[in-house]
Amino acid sequence: MLRVRIIPCLDVAGGRVVKGTRFVNLVDEGDPPELAARYADEGADEIVYLDIAATPEGRGTLLGIVERTARRVFVPLTVGGGVRTVLEMRDVLRAGADRVSLNTAAVRDAALVRRCARRFGSQAVVVAIDARRTLPAARPARPDGDGETIEAWEVVIRGGREPVRLDALDWAVRAVSLGAGELLVTSMDRDGTRSGFDIALLRSISALVPVPVIASGGAAGPADFVAAVRDGGAAAVLAASIFHRRIHSIAEVKAAMTAAGIPVRPIPGAVA
Amino acid sequence: MTGSRPTPRVRVAVLDYGAGNLVSIGRALEIVGAEPVVTRDAATLGGTDALVVPGVGAAAPAMARLHRRGLVRPVRAWVAAGRPLLGICLGLQLLFEGSDEDGARTLGILPGRTARLVDAPRLPHIGWNAVDQRRSHPLFEGIADGAEFYFVHSYAACPAGPGASGLVLAETSHGGRFVSALARGTLAGVQFHPERSGHDGLRLLRNFVAMAACRKAAGLEAARCSA
Repeated sequence: MLRVRIIPCLDVAGGRVVKGTRFVNLVDEGDPPELAARYADEGADEIVYLDIAATPEGRGTLLGIVERTARRVFVPLTVGGGVRTVLEMRDVLRAGADRVSLNTAAVRDAALVRRCARRFGSQAVVVAIDARRTLPAARPARPDGDGETIEAWEVVIRGGREPVRLDALDWAVRAVSLGAGELLVTSMDRDGTRSGFDIALLRSISALVPVPVIASGGAAGPADFVAAVRDGGAAAVLAASIFHRRIHSIAEVKAAMTAAGIPVRPIPGAVA
Repeated sequence: MTGSRPTPRVRVAVLDYGAGNLVSIGRALEIVGAEPVVTRDAATLGGTDALVVPGVGAAAPAMARLHRRGLVRPVRAWVAAGRPLLGICLGLQLLFEGSDEDGARTLGILPGRTARLVDAPRLPHIGWNAVDQRRSHPLFEGIADGAEFYFVHSYAACPAGPGASGLVLAETSHGGRFVSALARGTLAGVQFHPERSGHDGLRLLRNFVAMAACRKAAGLEAARCSA
């Protein structure tokens, strides 16, 4: 049986792991490969790098980090931030990433998802959706809706800075139809707030698409991870600050999952 | 780790026929004591002891690139000569006759086709899953039955014909069951990614390199090695 993945996310800028609040007050938290290796040892099932600067000048630095990581960390690596073309995706894969996540560029040019999926396969293409709650009225009624879902979310791009008139659920369905093999769904309302995942958002999207959904934004403790899977239908759960600040360990999260009957991969080296 | 570090050093060709991540497999082979030689050139294969066919993505573009680089016949000849080969993910699927994914005709070294996973709750099948061993084999030496490996795929090979069940080394469940590892002599394939599967993945690669080292030391008497 497929195990639910626990994924630490590392925000990267200028070659370092950074953490800040809403892209300000960035604090240097270390060397990305170093932290990735630590997380792999602690039981991370995958590592995500998010290039939050995502400047063209920073590409070379990012590729260097990806390669140094691939040379010492033998768990899957997904890289997002600033990939705008098939060739840029190729470069990130060749540097040592297994999958690439597309966000702003995919919203602006949806055909990019199709081109990347054709070239590298759907399994290599993650579409990251940053979603923010909006008034239900802003969203047209779905013909297949069961009348239960009255909540609505809009897509925001550029790291949460720019809302676009795009319904998050519609975009999720469209991205998958274009070839996305997985969706990384972040609640911008919950991100950084440690108030739990937006379960309704996760549940709405995971019910609409046949591909796995990664839950992101709002993790406070192990119980949130359990809820994201059990109630939100997530196939994987991503978090940043609670791991970086050592508020909770991956082992604690996995223990809570196991106790809730959710299958997880044991921590390497731990006695089963 | 129980060390049977191969001596002399085994040169392992890693076939570069696309745009995937070759850094991980190359470095993983180094760590287990082999010398990786990333190549897109059939002439380079001659000086190597083992061949790894990695790969992600779809079968048709992969086959097109193999044809364009003149690698189809050399790979078939490699297997026909009984030399060690490890196919990973798409690299395993390509060993069979064809793929339902895009109708591609593949290498045809093993009988059977590649088909979409059946009864899967979600596809692609992405993540760590148990690999249930069906027979003992040097490839899985030191690896617990049911150990987890990392998968990322929607299709899997379905061996056919009289020898099909003899090929199967391991199976995995994602809704339905599929073949996650197989071997025939020194030809092996895994649907998962050992280069992304932590310690057990490195152990499997070490075992493959040890098989190749044994064959190298014993000349063509490969049978001695798996005894």
